[in-house]
Amino acid sequence: MSSIPRELQYTRSHEWVRRLPDGRLEVGITDHAQSALGDLVFVEVPETGRSLRTGEECAVVESVKAASDVYSPVDGTVVAGNPDLAGRPELINQDPYGAGWLFRAQADGAAGGADLMNADGYEKYLAEQAH
Amino acid sequence: MGLKTPLHDIHVKSGAKIVDFGGWDLPLSYGSQLEEHHAVRREAGMFDVSHMGVVDLAGARTREFLRGLLANDVGRLRSPGKALYTCMLREDGGILDDLLAFFIAEDSFRLVVNAGTRRKDLDWIGAHARAFGVEVRERADLAILAVQGPAARAKAAMLLAEGDRPAALALPPFTAATFGSRFVSRTGYTGEDGFEIVLPGEECAAAWESLRAAGVVPAGLGARDTLRLEAGMNLYGSDMDESRHPLESGLGWTVAFEPAERDFIGRAALERLRGQPGARLAGLVMEERGVLRAHQRVFAPHAASDGEALGEITSGTFSPTLNRSIAFARLNAADGPWVSVDIRGKRHAARIVEPPFVRHGRALIPL
Repeated sequence: MSSIPRELQYTRSHEWVRRLPDGRLEVGITDHAQSALGDLVFVEVPETGRSLRTGEECAVVESVKAASDVYSPVDGTVVAGNPDLAGRPELINQDPYGAGWLFRAQADGAAGGADLMNADGYEKYLAEQAH
Repeated sequence: MGLKTPLHDIHVKSGAKIVDFGGWDLPLSYGSQLEEHHAVRREAGMFDVSHMGVVDLAGARTREFLRGLLANDVGRLRSPGKALYTCMLREDGGILDDLLAFFIAEDSFRLVVNAGTRRKDLDWIGAHARAFGVEVRERADLAILAVQGPAARAKAAMLLAEGDRPAALALPPFTAATFGSRFVSRTGYTGEDGFEIVLPGEECAAAWESLRAAGVVPAGLGARDTLRLEAGMNLYGSDMDESRHPLESGLGWTVAFEPAERDFIGRAALERLRGQPGARLAGLVMEERGVLRAHQRVFAPHAASDGEALGEITSGTFSPTLNRSIAFARLNAADGPWVSVDIRGKRHAARIVEPPFVRHGRALIPL
């Protein structure tokens, strides 16, 4: 079973969203996603200052097997890409919810991410996907 | 639900990710594909390749039959046990399959063919064998383990009776011998030293477990693919198929045009194509970050985005040994050394190089 932290929110395209104390959002890919992709070898994170629309392709994660797009879970602006991933893409495999975060964003307005699922919802979604 | 090898339950219990390959359920990896790759380059790994087809041929005219069936010349195999890598062609030169042919005795040869083409191969071989009175027998009762890496032969020899080990370890490259129920060949698909061991399906699980106990790392199709591409070896169905001939697939070296009087299936077509300009299979290595993948289009370095492509990538991956991306691409007239590859709408520079990229753990291309 893949790990699904309680405090995060999730998308159907397997991104997770963490609300940081300063109100910004941190985004990565889930344990399920990294496990399906296998060993990651290349990550392209969005540039700081880029504006994001929900559902838009904003990062690329490539494993030995395949390239996969990452979709923005919110409308907003990128405030930081994870600088460690360029040299160590395997951080996503090793610690998808921690050191393997992809980017941080400032959401437009307070509502950002109305379609996100909580941990229970994502777990149910994964179970449905498996059948 | 696909076909299963005798090791299927062991793979599942080991936590392998199972995928379909040529109609077979096979392990993609058991955990980290990169670690499996490195295990083979640095020490020893093993692959369940029981999906591949073993075909035994028997009859006094077997050598004569194969000299007409295969594009490489089994007439070159003089001492028993010697192996030959060859294409089997259609009349028009299209590649039906690539395979290994072993000379066992004058009336006995063994072929090892690809899983996805096995049915088609058997039909083709069977139809042509009749005129020569050659008996064709598919050995579905046999399994195959590939044990590969610098320490592989020493570890795999432990599967044999003690008295047989010195002879097995003395096998020259591309040679096989039978020890009890095991047919051991010093061949592989990784660019490392090692053995491929053909053995009865029911003995396979115990052999696998003792190799694992000896520290041989189970490796899946994922590592098999990165290893073979680094080693500059083609994959049937990706780098060539029936619509491609050997000369445009990097396999011209496997076609024996000499002696001129040997008439093999596809010869006339290849004679016409020989020396003509046409597509060639080239090696590519990427200098930038990013990963080359099959079907990405390849252009001249500064060609316009609506310009005509030189060709496309047939196999591409991240090379764990070189820590950069490598590929095979089928290209028309590339001046080289630089080309530009379209990766998701963006152009990236890649350099044309001569495969293999890696052999025996070391880079063979300038980095």
